[in-house]
Amino acid sequence: MNDLRELYQEVILDHSKKPRNFRELPGANRSAEGYNPLCGDRATVYLLVEDDVVREATFKGSGCSISTASASMMTDALKGKTLGEAKALFELFHELVTADPSKAAAVSAQLGKLAVFAGVHEFPMRVKCASLAWHTMKAALEGGARATTE
Amino acid sequence: MSSSPAHAATGFDVEAVRREFPVLRETVNGRPLVYLDSAASAQKPQAVIDAERDVYEHYYSNIHRGVHRLSMLATDAYEKARGTIRAFLGAASTREVVLLRGTTEAINLVAQSYGRRHVAAADEVLITGLEHHSNIVPWQLLCEEKAAKLRVAPIDDKGDVDMAAFERLLTPRTKIVAVSHVSNALGTINPVVRMTELAHAAGAVVLVDGAQAAPHLRVDVRAIGCDFYAFSGHKVYGPSATGALYGREALLAAMPPWQGGGDMIASVSFEKSTWNELPYKFEAGTPNVAGVIALGAAIDWVGCVGLDAIAAHEHELLEYGTQLLSELPGLRLVGTAREKAGVFSFVLEGVHPHDVGTVLDHEGIAVRTGHHCAQPVMDRYGIPATTRASLACFNTKQELDSLARGIRKVQEMFA
Repeated sequence: MNDLRELYQEVILDHSKKPRNFRELPGANRSAEGYNPLCGDRATVYLLVEDDVVREATFKGSGCSISTASASMMTDALKGKTLGEAKALFELFHELVTADPSKAAAVSAQLGKLAVFAGVHEFPMRVKCASLAWHTMKAALEGGARATTE
Repeated sequence: MSSSPAHAATGFDVEAVRREFPVLRETVNGRPLVYLDSAASAQKPQAVIDAERDVYEHYYSNIHRGVHRLSMLATDAYEKARGTIRAFLGAASTREVVLLRGTTEAINLVAQSYGRRHVAAADEVLITGLEHHSNIVPWQLLCEEKAAKLRVAPIDDKGDVDMAAFERLLTPRTKIVAVSHVSNALGTINPVVRMTELAHAAGAVVLVDGAQAAPHLRVDVRAIGCDFYAFSGHKVYGPSATGALYGREALLAAMPPWQGGGDMIASVSFEKSTWNELPYKFEAGTPNVAGVIALGAAIDWVGCVGLDAIAAHEHELLEYGTQLLSELPGLRLVGTAREKAGVFSFVLEGVHPHDVGTVLDHEGIAVRTGHHCAQPVMDRYGIPATTRASLACFNTKQELDSLARGIRKVQEMFA
């Protein structure tokens, strides 16, 4: 059960059962819809950006525990970040779930709480679940309306 | 549960059957592999693996060409496999057996060759609400090109086709009816004999998608009465990228070729080419020679074990598993048709199928999670996906017990 617990950490299970920021955001000025055609998971990410800073971040959608927890924790992490920091966070997260484990320690240190997703790396079929919300957020920041994991 | 009479009469020995599948000796995460994903693709018995290796070690060559010994041996073995497939389907002649890459290619062939010639603007193609994408999209492409209409006979809550609606949707405009014999997502066995009668009475030709039926039921295309029947080798314990289309000879003879190339021609000049006889007219290019020969071995193997014995064994497992899974709180079986084969599709309250699949994999249990290439079926039930455990001749009640235990672990984890 060990590596399975690496994937399904308590924090992840908690966020999947009680997702934070799980609502539409009426005043949002950036948003995008994400879709993973492989499994049908959907996530819409809403952002309120003012003076180059993410003031508020929320999401709606349906997906597995990994994609839900990832969206929940991502929206938590984004609040107060500048656009540059948000994009840097995307790159770090992407590296965490896809890059080789030797770099994981260094990346994890910079990601704080989000480092709980390091276990996803051992489950290649689930990388897209973890990244869906992140790709969607990036699309929203870049002005795209849609993101897919393909 | 006691053995059914058919089971007892044929002396079906599941342990002996299991010994013939080398892959069942594998472990996953230190646990014995429990393979419950045969509806996606079946594992291969030693006889099939040996047959394919034998071709490459002793007589591989291109077929229908050359006068040398190997070409002759390979051609003979390839055509012998065609004969085996003919008997397996109950077709009258090998002229009616077109060897292709599988069901998908077979349906596309009928849509592009028969369909493009016979379907015109405002005509209709009728399918059902439980089709696999491969029996939807080829017809959509055809209908789009011809400005024809795709009609869909709906399914009810249990996963049975609404036959009254099916009958109502058959009109003089219906040119083709395409139905699956067995649903991949729900396991429903369609009443294809009745559907064919009704379709013929309306003047339509009938294609039956047999991908999920061929491993589980005795197929007899003449008893069904259908005009076309498609199946895939990889689901009948044969190699992937093999399969066949049965077509009534008169229809095939009148159909234009689909793909052009070597082997499908009688003569070629820059002014005009003429077509080879049936079934070669539809077989352009070098096929999967060793794969088809091994498919023949797979069908021989199935015949040896006995399709009726396999069906009886799987039916017993289906009843056992249905009871077992129904007793799990929070589990809902999706697809509970009266006539069903080989599939448990289910959703667990509060747990996404992907998480079910990952936890079960950790227990060494292989299931399919997702929409099973049948998104309209998922939409019908208002769910994005299911977890699907599907049966083969080598599965056991103990494995279904493992599945139930695994599901309980999933529930504990996500409680």
